[in-house]
Amino acid sequence: MQIVSQVREPLITGGKTYKDVTDDICKPVEAAPSKIWLAALTLSLVLLFAGGYFLGDMLWNGIGRWGLNKTVQWAWDITNFVWWVGIGHAGTLISAILLLFRQKWRTSINRSAEAMTIFAVICAAIWPIVHMGRPWLGAYWVLPLPNAFGSLWPNFNSPLLWDVFAITTYFTVSLLFWFIGLVPDFATLRDRATSKVSRIAYGIVSLGFDGSAKTWMHYESVSLILAGLSTPLVLSVHTIVSFDFATSVIPGWHTTIFPPYFVAGAIFSGFAMVLTLMLITRVVYKLEDYITLEHIEMMNIIILVTGSVVGIAYITEFFIAWYSGVEYEQYAFVNRMSGQYWWAYWSMMTCNVISPQLFYIKKIRTSFVMTFFLSIVVNIGMWFERFVIIVTSLHRDYLPSSWLYFTPTLWDIMCYVFTFGLFFTLFFLFAKVCPVINMAEVKAILKDSNSTVYKGRRTIPNELVPEKDRV
Amino acid sequence: MATETHELNLEEKFVFSDKAKKKIFLTLGIGIVLLIIGIILEMSGGGHGEHALNLTQDNLASINSDGTESGGHGHAYSWTTKLFAGMWINNLFFTGLALIGVFWVAVNYVATAGWSVGFKRVPEAFGNFLPIAGVLMLVVFVIANHSLFHWTDTSLYDETSGHFDAIINGKKGFFFMPGAEGVPSIPVFYYGRMIFFFLGWVLFYQFIKKQSHLEDVNGGTKHYRKLVTFSATFLIFFGVSSSISAWDWVMSIDTHWFSTMFGWYVFASWFVSGLAAITLIVVFLKEAGYFSFINENHLHDLGKFVFGFSIFWTYIWFSQFLLIYYANIPEETVYFLERLQSDNYSKFIFINLILNFFFPFLALMTRDAKRKMTFLKIVCTVVLVGHWFDFYLMVAPGTLKEHGGFGFMELGLIMIYGSAFIFVVLSNLAKSKLIPVNHPMLQECVHHHT
Repeated sequence: MQIVSQVREPLITGGKTYKDVTDDICKPVEAAPSKIWLAALTLSLVLLFAGGYFLGDMLWNGIGRWGLNKTVQWAWDITNFVWWVGIGHAGTLISAILLLFRQKWRTSINRSAEAMTIFAVICAAIWPIVHMGRPWLGAYWVLPLPNAFGSLWPNFNSPLLWDVFAITTYFTVSLLFWFIGLVPDFATLRDRATSKVSRIAYGIVSLGFDGSAKTWMHYESVSLILAGLSTPLVLSVHTIVSFDFATSVIPGWHTTIFPPYFVAGAIFSGFAMVLTLMLITRVVYKLEDYITLEHIEMMNIIILVTGSVVGIAYITEFFIAWYSGVEYEQYAFVNRMSGQYWWAYWSMMTCNVISPQLFYIKKIRTSFVMTFFLSIVVNIGMWFERFVIIVTSLHRDYLPSSWLYFTPTLWDIMCYVFTFGLFFTLFFLFAKVCPVINMAEVKAILKDSNSTVYKGRRTIPNELVPEKDRV
Repeated sequence: MATETHELNLEEKFVFSDKAKKKIFLTLGIGIVLLIIGIILEMSGGGHGEHALNLTQDNLASINSDGTESGGHGHAYSWTTKLFAGMWINNLFFTGLALIGVFWVAVNYVATAGWSVGFKRVPEAFGNFLPIAGVLMLVVFVIANHSLFHWTDTSLYDETSGHFDAIINGKKGFFFMPGAEGVPSIPVFYYGRMIFFFLGWVLFYQFIKKQSHLEDVNGGTKHYRKLVTFSATFLIFFGVSSSISAWDWVMSIDTHWFSTMFGWYVFASWFVSGLAAITLIVVFLKEAGYFSFINENHLHDLGKFVFGFSIFWTYIWFSQFLLIYYANIPEETVYFLERLQSDNYSKFIFINLILNFFFPFLALMTRDAKRKMTFLKIVCTVVLVGHWFDFYLMVAPGTLKEHGGFGFMELGLIMIYGSAFIFVVLSNLAKSKLIPVNHPMLQECVHHHT
């Protein structure tokens, strides 16, 4: 018997039945592409091809197309890499950690978040690959393959190599997790299919799912095992990304708080990106009853918590730099604030530390407009965070004679645009062929969390119950 | 669904029996006797062979302070140092337990967790130890002062004294007063923070306790809503204060050394000890016939918390260690070298990792283990002992140098602090209803299954 306290908000509003859930979520997949979807896909493809041109040009002519110089050898490339990997943390967090913590509100958002994770990791992986300059030789640098390039062997002491293994594992497990979750929904689509093509296509991907008790049992135990596997994985990925910097002896990079602080930052930006996407999806696909204000508030609270953790980490780093008495560290932090890149530092502080604090105000964290706006602000802030850490520490190295300033070229910008194009193209294709919400899991919580159960509660979607009626 | 009633009687009240009291006082008595034996042994020169090790201690001390000899001066070792260090370790450990009790209650409110509501009076009772912990912390700091905290020696800040230490002088503003000029006298800023944090924790705790007890009388959701808001505010205060207190009370012992992770490291250690203590008391109360509604599902979740956060602690420990090891900067590696290269302390590093990671990790791995009271009792006791040694390893090397050890004095102090803590917790637990009958999520807890 499942008992749900009266103080909990309903998670599915509008008095939906099981059939409604199937119909509402399958509709965008089964219907002909809408105009707005076509427009969005076209725009993404434009970004993809425009950026792709510059990326191809860069690969043909070499890394020199980017604004890197002999002091700042890492700038937008690694910034974008860390940024995308960070975004790729939310999906697995929602599906694995929130599953282990039995957070029911995850059911409406996990599918899209997981898809977003996979696409973000693909976008991230592009950066180290193209940064190799000659990616077709990349296998020799990450795998111990016999080669004719002299003593060129993978360096197993390097966190950059650990990244390769960590991210590949993470990507594989996330993909499996996402796909396993899709199987029952694919089976639903297969059973509802009216055309031969879609019946065959969804028939193949649903792996013969028949909905028997035994099948569901297998499905559930696989989900739990994958959740158990991906929980340490999701933490390990950004931990190792933080090692890329923290194991070195560069002022501003070598600090022990990096691993948990990077993980918190990754979840922070990941949730922001989920919100950006879900707020659009819920309107375009008319899913207001499934992605309710309650879901948005929960995500905003996670953003608030992780944003504050990141804030404490900034203050800790800053304080310890002073406390340590190490003049290089002290300079690195003063330089971040007041050096040539002061504008990047203050953009980061405003977007990452100050803006999420607005979510303490209930009116703001339950406002769609403010949530949408702040979710974008947070991701701008998180991009600047990586840029600040990477570039401000590099551009003042130990030899003052080599102090330089980094300015991005058009190729830096357009290669970044390319990953946006890729990300959104993949996401919109996903949103057309897969159900964006996990129907099976939403149905599992429908009975306990349906708004019709409660009287005097918010039953019209997204309208706050008047103060006097609140329980 | 609000009309749902359950056949179980939830009107339980904990009775602090004379038998339990007797046991606690007996432990206290044995503790005092052991402490006295320990003190006598120490005063008569002890049997630990410190004399042979004095040389290495001097060497280490001079390495610590970058060639200047300030590390070695003025710290003439006497048995009182050992007593103060022992008290300081217990101060930290039991402050942590008390604080985590409040933290647990607050987190569960903010996270709207239903499953843990039924036994929330147990962690809630932990907070009653906070005022005592605060007084002890302050008194021990006032008395022990210089024998524990190298930086309190004002001659370190005096360029003419010959003991001048430029690095510690750079930290003057944090310990004494921001912008302090010349040779400081009283660490006002340090005292201020200590008093402010304890005051803050106690006040937040009192409010949470008051609202929670009012709910028993009045019912309704008004108190619940208030508690959520107040818990969130407490968590903000806790987030900042727990890190800073870790710098103040632990990191500043090794005054030259620094690590940005340290605040969260102490938090991780505190949190998992608190979880183990909560689990242990819930299991003992269950065995004594209380908590009729608690079954293996609740225990399973508590076990998962102890298991998960043991791994979390290891993650923090390992990240800090690996980054310092990898970069190999002498100013940072000294912390681990001081411990690993010492005959007294090196074994504790491994004891620490075995008790706090390998043992709980392997013992609580399976589902069945988490659902058995015997397993939980063994693992939680081991974890508590392990984290006591974790704090021992943070405090002892910097304060006792090569005089550290584990003997009658340490054992006696643990028994004294432990029985005092348990006495405070249980006597307060007896003062209110054991189960918060009017908590709006109580039925979720009663019908909890995993």
